[in-house]
Formats: sequence, structure tokens, C-alpha cells
Amino acid sequence: MSKLIVSDLTCQRGYNELFSNISFELNSGEILKISGANGSGKTSLLKILAGLNSAESGKLSINNNKVGSYDYQSDIFYLGHLPALSPELHCKENLDYLTQLSISSSNQALDEALTNVGLKNFEYVYAAHLSAGQKRRVVLSALFITQAKVWLLDEPFTALDADGINVIETQITKHCDDGGICVLTTHQKSNLHGLKTLTL
Amino acid sequence: MSLRNPSSFLNPLLFFVIAISLFPLAIGPESHTLSNIAPGIVWVTCMLSVLLSLNALFHYDYDNGVLEQMVISHHSLPLILLAKTIAHWLLTGLPIILLSPLLGMTLFLDAESIYVLMLTLLLATPSLSLIGAIGASLIVGIKNSGMLLSLLTFPLYIPILIFATSAVSQSQFNLPINGQLYFLTSILLISLMTSPFVSAIALKTSLD
Repeated sequence: MSKLIVSDLTCQRGYNELFSNISFELNSGEILKISGANGSGKTSLLKILAGLNSAESGKLSINNNKVGSYDYQSDIFYLGHLPALSPELHCKENLDYLTQLSISSSNQALDEALTNVGLKNFEYVYAAHLSAGQKRRVVLSALFITQAKVWLLDEPFTALDADGINVIETQITKHCDDGGICVLTTHQKSNLHGLKTLTL
Repeated sequence: MSLRNPSSFLNPLLFFVIAISLFPLAIGPESHTLSNIAPGIVWVTCMLSVLLSLNALFHYDYDNGVLEQMVISHHSLPLILLAKTIAHWLLTGLPIILLSPLLGMTLFLDAESIYVLMLTLLLATPSLSLIGAIGASLIVGIKNSGMLLSLLTFPLYIPILIFATSAVSQSQFNLPINGQLYFLTSILLISLMTSPFVSAIALKTSLD
């Protein structure tokens, strides 16, 4: 069982207060969709949850581990707007590097993950030569490898086609059925079941 | 990884070679004058070429989001940064050391001074990379920050420049150089111990 607790989170950027005193709790198996207009602080909230930015005030913890601690950081998997791929590396190396930062993975697992997102013959293609959607797929294939319990996905479906969205939604559902937690932002209509919504 | 993008490390190296080989042409091939100013020439060009390569240290990783993943990884960030800095040194500092005897000869340095020159480069180029990493992590995310980077790092490079060049010039007159070498070593040790931690803090602040 994992539990993500966010209490009284306030975020300020410059002189603007993006949001204040946000509190929520997520238990194993729950998916939270953060919605809100452009510039309402969705990405900032996810970055704070990932430990990338610091909040003005408030607390957050996973299973009583504070943000920034070894246990907290190893429990999260964060995917931002940026592709997180190095153009000089090919798909498999990129995926390996991305996942090595959280856990070590076998050669076979890497191949399987890339096959799952429909990039079977692209293992040795340089990331620089991929389309935006394919880049997104490479990064999202890390979802098939990571052991992190809490997934923080910022607009995961951008640039994906219907089939790609379907694959990722299935994987998110599976993750939450296995006791994981997922927080995501998206403007697309999603078919995810049991979605909680937080509007900023 | 930079090996896949050769221009990122070949450019500074080519700059080093070209700049040094231009001096004999500009000043004239008098062995006495050239060997007198050789330590300064080699060391100043070495610093400039390291500075040229520093921008690339975190810039690309920042642009494509890999840096974010490093920061939130549960692995120790200072350790990751130390690894990156060592990789940077292997592609800039090390080739410079290997090329320096050849370039020393074009400046009429004698064998003994070339040996000392290589020794100072070996002791001090890692410090250049380590100190540079602090500067590079402070300016990550700022556009067109080359000027700022030089302003930040050059003052910290100056002690290295002074001790290294004085070691080489003193060795030309067969004077003892232990003092300078001790100083260079201590600068290396201090930067090795502090730079990864300071860069990690700077990087987190720049990303916030």
C-alpha cells in the first residue's frame, strides 16, 4: 500500500500566486487528473510533486517519506513536457539511461518495453531521427520498466495517436490495479476509469 | 555521449592547436623569445579552450529535459555531476595534455620544461573542469550566457594560471618548482571535494 499525502501546498511564481492551500490524499490504485486552464499551475504542481521545484509552503509525503529523501525520490516517476531524450543516443540507450536513473533493467526488458509501444525495429535509431510522437513513445515505454509507485505524467498523450493513447492508458490502468498511484494532466478526453479530478 | 557529436569537443581542441601554432607565425621564429613566453601561451589558450567547451556541459541536457531526470533521480546528484565532469575532462583536459608536448616543441620548450608543462596540465586541467562545472551549473537555463560564464569562472582560474605558468618558467631556469606543484595539487583536491556538491546545489536552484 502506498499513500501520497499533499497538505496546504502553495505555489508562487514571481508575484503571481498560482494556487494556494491545495490538499489531497491518494491511496493505492487511484488516478488523479489535474485540470485547469493554461497557466493555472498544473505543470508547477507536478514539478513540486516530483521534487524539482520547491513550494512556497505546505507538505508532501509518500508513505511518510518527505520529498527529496531517497525513498521518496525512488518512489516517483516523473515525465515532463521536455522529451528527456538525448539526440545523440539511440532509442534503446536513451531508455536504458532514463530507467537507470531509477532502477537497473535487463536488455530484454528494454526490448520488450520498446516493442510494447510499437517501436520494435527502432531500437538502434538515433533519437534525433524520430518524430515527436515516436520520441514520446520512447519516453513512455519507460512506464513498462519503472518500479516507481507514483507516476507523475505531464501531458503524456501529447503527440500520440489514438493507438498510442490506448496503449498508455492500458498501462496506467494496469499500474493502478497493481496498487500504484498516477497523477496526470491532460486536455484530452480520457477513457481511464475511476478518475479523480482536481481543478486548479 | 559527446563522442557522437564530435564538434562539441573537437572545436575547443582545434582552437587550442590553432591558437598556439599561430604564435610562432605572429611573433617570429626566434627560439629565445618564444620559449620565454611559451608557458603563458599554452596555459592561456588551454583555459580559453576549456571555457569554450564548458557551455556544452549541462546545456544540452537542460534543453532536452535529461537534466530534470537527473535531479529527481534518487541517485546522489553530486555523484552524477562528478561523473559528468570527469567525462568532460577526458574529452577536453586529457587531449590537451596529450597534445602539449608537440605544441611545446613548436614553441622551442626544452624537454625538461615540456615535462613540467605536462605535469602542471595534468594537475590543473581537472580543476579547470571541476570549477567550470560550478559556473556552468549556475548559468544553466540562461540564454546566451557565454559572457557570464567567463566572468564567473575566470577569477577562479587565475590562481591556477599563476602557479602553473610560474612552475614552467621556473623550471626553465632550473629552479625548484615544488611549491607551485603543491599549490596546484591542493587546488585540485579542494575543487574535487567541493565542486560536485556546490554544482548540485547550484543546479537545483537554477532549475527551480
